[in-house]
Amino acid sequence: MERIPVLRMGSLLLVTIQVDMHDKLALQLQDDITQRISDFGSTGVLIDISSLEIVDSFIGRMLANIAAMSRVLGAEAVVVGMQPAVAITLVELGMSLPGVRTALSVEAGMELLMSAVAKAARGWEDDRPQT
Amino acid sequence: MNQLAEIISRNEDKIRAEWIDGMTRSVQRADLISKAELDEQCGALLGAIIAGVKSSAPTDVSAASWESARELLQSISASRARQGFSPVDVATFVLSLKQPLFASIRDTLKGSQDDEMFKTVWAATELLDRLALITTEAYMATREELITRQQQELLELSTPVVKLWDGILALPIIGTLDSSRTQMVMESLLQTVVATNSKYAIIDITGVPTVDTLVAQHLLKTITAARLMGAECIISGVRPQIAQTIVHLGINLEDVVTKAKLSDAFALALDRSGRTVTRKDGVRASANPISTLLEKREE
Repeated sequence: MERIPVLRMGSLLLVTIQVDMHDKLALQLQDDITQRISDFGSTGVLIDISSLEIVDSFIGRMLANIAAMSRVLGAEAVVVGMQPAVAITLVELGMSLPGVRTALSVEAGMELLMSAVAKAARGWEDDRPQT
Repeated sequence: MNQLAEIISRNEDKIRAEWIDGMTRSVQRADLISKAELDEQCGALLGAIIAGVKSSAPTDVSAASWESARELLQSISASRARQGFSPVDVATFVLSLKQPLFASIRDTLKGSQDDEMFKTVWAATELLDRLALITTEAYMATREELITRQQQELLELSTPVVKLWDGILALPIIGTLDSSRTQMVMESLLQTVVATNSKYAIIDITGVPTVDTLVAQHLLKTITAARLMGAECIISGVRPQIAQTIVHLGINLEDVVTKAKLSDAFALALDRSGRTVTRKDGVRASANPISTLLEKREE
């Protein structure tokens, strides 16, 4: 069965979607990402969807879900490289993906992810009771 | 041959002369059309009407025998619509034929039975009214065509996306935002965001006359789509009246950064992308209120 590779880069995960998503593939990806985050203790996930040209509401919801699940597992998620047509489709479907961080390119996404991870770590430290 | 056709063809010259004369006195626009052209149009139309009246369907203007009269009227009113005649002028062109025609009918049928006269007058009225309707319809069609073409041209002209700085785009919107326009604006903005890899896009609505809930929704859609791609949008050029309207309508723009002036938005975009504007002589430019504020806070 075909799978979307989830690559590990240090404490981060890199996912590049190169094929047209169908529902099974999306569910498989969701399983893989959550499994990897818990296996490796990753602190950030970067999802590159620049080759994705067709989306439906299910795939849109999947992206939002993956981001939310990552956060629950203690990792920040960034979606990068969304095509204009995909963005317009999602907006017309009424999905604004409010909890998802986005960036224009992988490079910008990495930067955003690093700062988000750093911020999350700092936030945790700030939350600790002062002794 | 019916009575009406006989009267018109026998008095053709007289009717035409009186018709042109009447029109010259009342509505003929000497500034828009020459006397010779008017004579020619009247003569041709009267000829076509006679041909139609003589046929088997004397008052049914949709019949095949009226084809030439219809085409002639359509081309006349189309050219007049383009020349700038008012609808009244164009309709009167046909309707002013009534008076000379009725005069001829009266002269011819003087002394005959009232019934005969009434029937002929009624046929003439019916005919001319229908011809006038054709004229008006053709006039409207031409105007409609003109408006559609202008709308299309406006749409194509009015959505420029300009690059203000490396990574900062501006999109000045002029005119009302409707669905088709928003679609175009959204597409050109998003394409340019990808092409220039720009993180910030300033949507300037100084030229948008009114903002209602629909326009706001269109704007929010564009902003959300840009955000999904990883670009941030700033709305600028919000006039005081528009700010009041937005609040009165209860439109939620809280998730969107809005600024009164394009320069403020540009300053914010520069600031967010980690740039500052300094003057050559080393004095920090006070034109950037945000960095000034930030500095004060740091102190």
